[in-house]
Amino acid sequence: MRLTVDHTSTYSYETGVSYALQQVRKRPVSLPSQSILSWDLSIDGAHWETSYTDHHGNLVDLIQLESGVTSVSVSVKGEVETHDTSGVMGGHSQLVPLWLYQRYTELTSPAKGLRALAGKFSRYPAQDIGVLHELMAEIAGVVAYQTNETDSHTTAEDALQQGQGVCQDHAHIFIAVARLLGYPARYVSGYLMMTDRVDQDAGHAWAEAWVDGLGWTGFDVSNGISPDARYIQVATGLDYSDAAPIRGLVYGAGRENLVVSIQVQQ
Amino acid sequence: MAEGEEIFDEMHGFGEGVRAPYASYGCWFDKTTPSALLKKSRDAQTFFRRTGITFNVYGDAEADERLIPFDLVPRIIGASEWALLVRGIEQRVKAINAFLYDIYHRQEIVRAGRLPERLIRENDAFLPKMIGFDPPGGIYTHIVGIDLVRTGPNEFFVLEDNARTPSGVSYMLENRETMLKMFPELFAQMSVQRVSGYPMALRRSLERSAPHQASGRPTVAILTPGIHNSAYFEHAFLADQMGVELVEGHDLRVVGGRVAMRTTQGYEPIDVLYRRVDDDFLDPLNFRSESMLGVAGIFDVYRAGGITIANAPGTGIADDKAIYSYMPDIVEFYTGQAPLLKNVPTWRCAEADSLSYVLEHLDELVVKEVHGSGGYGMLVGPAASKKEIAAFRKKLEARPSNYIAQPTLALSTVPVLTKAGLSPRHVDLRPFVLVSSDGVEVTPGGLTRVAMKKGSLVVNSSQGGGTKDTWVLKEG
Repeated sequence: MRLTVDHTSTYSYETGVSYALQQVRKRPVSLPSQSILSWDLSIDGAHWETSYTDHHGNLVDLIQLESGVTSVSVSVKGEVETHDTSGVMGGHSQLVPLWLYQRYTELTSPAKGLRALAGKFSRYPAQDIGVLHELMAEIAGVVAYQTNETDSHTTAEDALQQGQGVCQDHAHIFIAVARLLGYPARYVSGYLMMTDRVDQDAGHAWAEAWVDGLGWTGFDVSNGISPDARYIQVATGLDYSDAAPIRGLVYGAGRENLVVSIQVQQ
Repeated sequence: MAEGEEIFDEMHGFGEGVRAPYASYGCWFDKTTPSALLKKSRDAQTFFRRTGITFNVYGDAEADERLIPFDLVPRIIGASEWALLVRGIEQRVKAINAFLYDIYHRQEIVRAGRLPERLIRENDAFLPKMIGFDPPGGIYTHIVGIDLVRTGPNEFFVLEDNARTPSGVSYMLENRETMLKMFPELFAQMSVQRVSGYPMALRRSLERSAPHQASGRPTVAILTPGIHNSAYFEHAFLADQMGVELVEGHDLRVVGGRVAMRTTQGYEPIDVLYRRVDDDFLDPLNFRSESMLGVAGIFDVYRAGGITIANAPGTGIADDKAIYSYMPDIVEFYTGQAPLLKNVPTWRCAEADSLSYVLEHLDELVVKEVHGSGGYGMLVGPAASKKEIAAFRKKLEARPSNYIAQPTLALSTVPVLTKAGLSPRHVDLRPFVLVSSDGVEVTPGGLTRVAMKKGSLVVNSSQGGGTKDTWVLKEG
């Protein structure tokens, strides 16, 4: 499937920025599930400093906001040929050892709720993909998709307790429980083309778990499926903070407001 | 050490008379009156007070800055003894760099079953963000201080590999300068190798590790956490001696994809940063976000090849005390040779058999925290009271994997000057090692730390230890 993406994130600040650096992870790489045909990143209100590949294999652009600006936008435009792999991404090509993906992070650290959820699956055989599909359905059942109830700092445990969240929370809960069950698991940020619309509400996120014999396998809790040809993977990491499209430090800008416009279409 | 075990004195051996390296010094000493020497000793203290070598002691509210006792009897090492040490140090430092490269790439040593995975996996000093990155020149530890102890004429043991930010080199340099002032006639008589070339050797070594993006003569700077750091004096001293800028985090920022320092002519990019700030505090964008000591974005610039950070972030994994016990395997794995320098036998309390042995022999052993340094949080069994041992036992039982134990070695002694004449005191040795793509360079000398209390084995300056000048004699 040939998908085109046109995505602009515009940050506006209450007062002029005095100093700000942002890491931008918005450049996908070619994978068995996707070939990048063209991809352009442009920024307004900031300038490019440098770029590199991080330890997860993500392309990172470091940008610095122009001092005094009250608005910054980061846009990507690209064309990607995708292939349906039924969510199976295959072998681990990075140097990061698989055990690192079993590490709990601030956002995925388990407490009572997550442990209880994992307990429901603990009697299943290890390395059984059926369990992970059931886990996906279970999470969707107990945490309703609801915007504006959580934010980028909400932990998996909190979102579970709240019973509401977005794709990021779903992915965090899935990752945390999969790790409790002994599966290496990671966070994926990217795009999903919702077929009923051109303008998408937000960037998308889902989870991948490592299953022996299959390799990395994707689970999109919010949509109850494993990723198919409508998905574009952009960045991966232990949790949102590793794979976030934009993260950084902003000094002296007051309140921040974000407006996102995303179009994904065939 | 066992009761009544013989102690090797580096001047007098096992009592057979003055050893060869000390022969000239011994003659000179015999001809010098004790009162003249004691006066020199007072002069030396005054000199230090004037030059301002002080050391901040943690946990000592009374004296924020304190003078480290300096003893003016030199510690003398013969040319052949030194050559032996240098070969061992070179081998060990090469192995440490190969180990670090491997740990942050394919981890062959773990795949080969020579190092348990958990030692990396459960280690806070392992820095995932370094995975897959090739530091400029392939060097992780540009500056190393290997702590050695001696128990006999040719018996040296490595106590610790300080691969993060070894301090103390300023003492090596200032101690020598003081001795040259106090005893010019001795240096005229004896062929002592110079240590004064260290600052320029350090600068050259750092310059050689500049990233590809550097143009012209590389710009080097030292990053200090600031005046409240216990080693601030050393940072300032080295910057001055090397002729490079001493900077703090707030002097630096990312400019044009490089890390640049503010100068009167605007921002100047830095090619090599000798940082004396710990990994956690190096970059609030990538590590601890509340850090005010680091530079936001420096790690991004580093991974992009825009700056060399010395030592590399994540090198702490190599001088971790749990890894230490595997150093003989590590040396063999990467050099294909048996280690030239011995390790002190070490019990890993994480292992059940070792733990039970250690618990039964607490009164004989030295027990250290795996991540500790500076002599804090350790138990010296033979010197501890029953109550101290009982208290330590509880800590050890609560978190065994946090500790390792070693026998109390019969550390060699070197005489110090007391009012009653010469009297032996236990010592260790920290030689300073520079690594660049051109090879390994060991400065002929080092920091000799001496336990000023009679019979004491704790040489750390934070625990009342003193220092001596270390003389390495020339060949012949």
